[in-house]
Amino acid sequence: MNAIQLDHLTLSVRGAEVLSDISLAVGEGEFVGVLGANGAGKTTLFRAILGLNTATAGAITVLGRPATRGNPAIGYLPQVRTAPPQVALAGRDFLAASIDGHRFGLPFPSRSAQRDIDRVLDLVQARELAERPLSQMSGGERQRLLIAEALIGAPKLLLLDEPLIGLDPRQQQVVVQLVHDLGRELKLTVLFSAHELNQLLGAIDRVLYLGHGRAALGTVDDVITPEVLTPLYGAPIDVIRAGGHIFVMSRGQDVERGHAHDHEHDHHHHGSR
Amino acid sequence: MSALLTYDFVLRAFAASGIVAIVAGIIGYFLVLRGQTFAGHALSHIGFAGATGAALVGVSPLAGLITFVVAAGTGIGLLGERMSGRDVTIGMVLSVSLGFGLLFLSLTTGHATAATTLLFGNVLAVTPSMLATLALLGVVTLAGLGWISRPLVFATLQPELAEARGVSLRAVGTLFLALVALATAQSIQIVGVLLVFTLMVGPPAAAQLLTRRLGAGVALSAGLALAQAWLGIVLAFYTDWPTSFWITALAAAVYAAAAAWARMMRRN
Repeated sequence: MNAIQLDHLTLSVRGAEVLSDISLAVGEGEFVGVLGANGAGKTTLFRAILGLNTATAGAITVLGRPATRGNPAIGYLPQVRTAPPQVALAGRDFLAASIDGHRFGLPFPSRSAQRDIDRVLDLVQARELAERPLSQMSGGERQRLLIAEALIGAPKLLLLDEPLIGLDPRQQQVVVQLVHDLGRELKLTVLFSAHELNQLLGAIDRVLYLGHGRAALGTVDDVITPEVLTPLYGAPIDVIRAGGHIFVMSRGQDVERGHAHDHEHDHHHHGSR
Repeated sequence: MSALLTYDFVLRAFAASGIVAIVAGIIGYFLVLRGQTFAGHALSHIGFAGATGAALVGVSPLAGLITFVVAAGTGIGLLGERMSGRDVTIGMVLSVSLGFGLLFLSLTTGHATAATTLLFGNVLAVTPSMLATLALLGVVTLAGLGWISRPLVFATLQPELAEARGVSLRAVGTLFLALVALATAQSIQIVGVLLVFTLMVGPPAAAQLLTRRLGAGVALSAGLALAQAWLGIVLAFYTDWPTSFWITALAAAVYAAAAAWARMMRRN
């Protein structure tokens, strides 16, 4: 059984087609890096897998079933769209809010919920965050807490939307390594979207590159080539490998770096999806 | 102090302000957590137009107040994200409501006491029937809040994730603002339209500075609001200054002390 299967999938956001007639399959236990320019459809695809965007055409199958909203088999780390809330709540209470958070009732976690919180905090090696208020956490700690949150309820599939945004390169590496190890340990399928390929090299099994309504899924060597990427960018692409890094260039400009620092624009895109 | 408690109207003042303080303190905790204090402020002003308009057409002001405020709260909630960040829109609605309230007052062979009571509250004028109404409203408000509190906290802290798990952000947000409206209508009876902040924002903001736990924060917020309200009545009795003045002064003092304490803790 595949973790995710897309059959002739077309996705639109407010009438504009973002992905057109995509067919591909991600196997169970794979760690897939999801790349592409802003507006290429990374978040749109994630939201469709979560059942939040309906397909214009085609079908999405998640772990053998059609995509539905509220699927407990999916752990999700949304992209931080706005400034993180200045909430002084402790990490434990922050996590507790998401356990059974869709059910009506009082927000006080049961004993088994408390155990689940301890379990996921141990998994991300951050038990100390339980007592720390959110407003005093660093970007890396906050991201660790959000990864812990995505692990609540023992999901089979993780959708992590840009978890590296706002982190320095060292923290980025730590997060990628953590997700990679968690995926192995818990036999999770992981879709991990990012701006830059290089941070993910060595950790990911395959790469899913989106652009111009198209998608390419394969190993880094198969996908990161001028032939595959040129139609995805709609512009001639050169791929330069140097010192263990890969640079995707268009007309002498690094297309990944070109927008890696352009978070303002990125937020705008996601805000208007 | 014992002299104070021999008056029936004083006992009713303690009971009424106690009920309202607890409701406002608890609802307010979530209002502050959601960053929607401005919406709460606007609701109370809309209530002014509702209450005076009701008096003009000969309906009970409290009924008019509740109808207007709950309708407005529901409306703001249904507009959802489109309303958030619309400070100018809310500000306009707020001042137009006060303006209409003034118009209705002047058309109702108006006497100034009614206006002052609405604007600044008069806890010593609570009648037995109003006390019963406040108790009923309080129970309804807290029961409703208890019912939605789990998805409410989830939707507040992690809207995208809550949406993915099947929480309707709009439904939860609308229900919550309707409850805020109910709490506002109750608070107006005690501290008046202009001072609702003092019960619904002051204590929860202080509580959030003092504790990082959700349950403790809610309890502390209710406790601080209750202490403010009751101490306010006692101080008013001995000084002959208005109760609402004392409640606002205590709210400011508590918040300032909490802020200072939080800053000190962060430095250590």
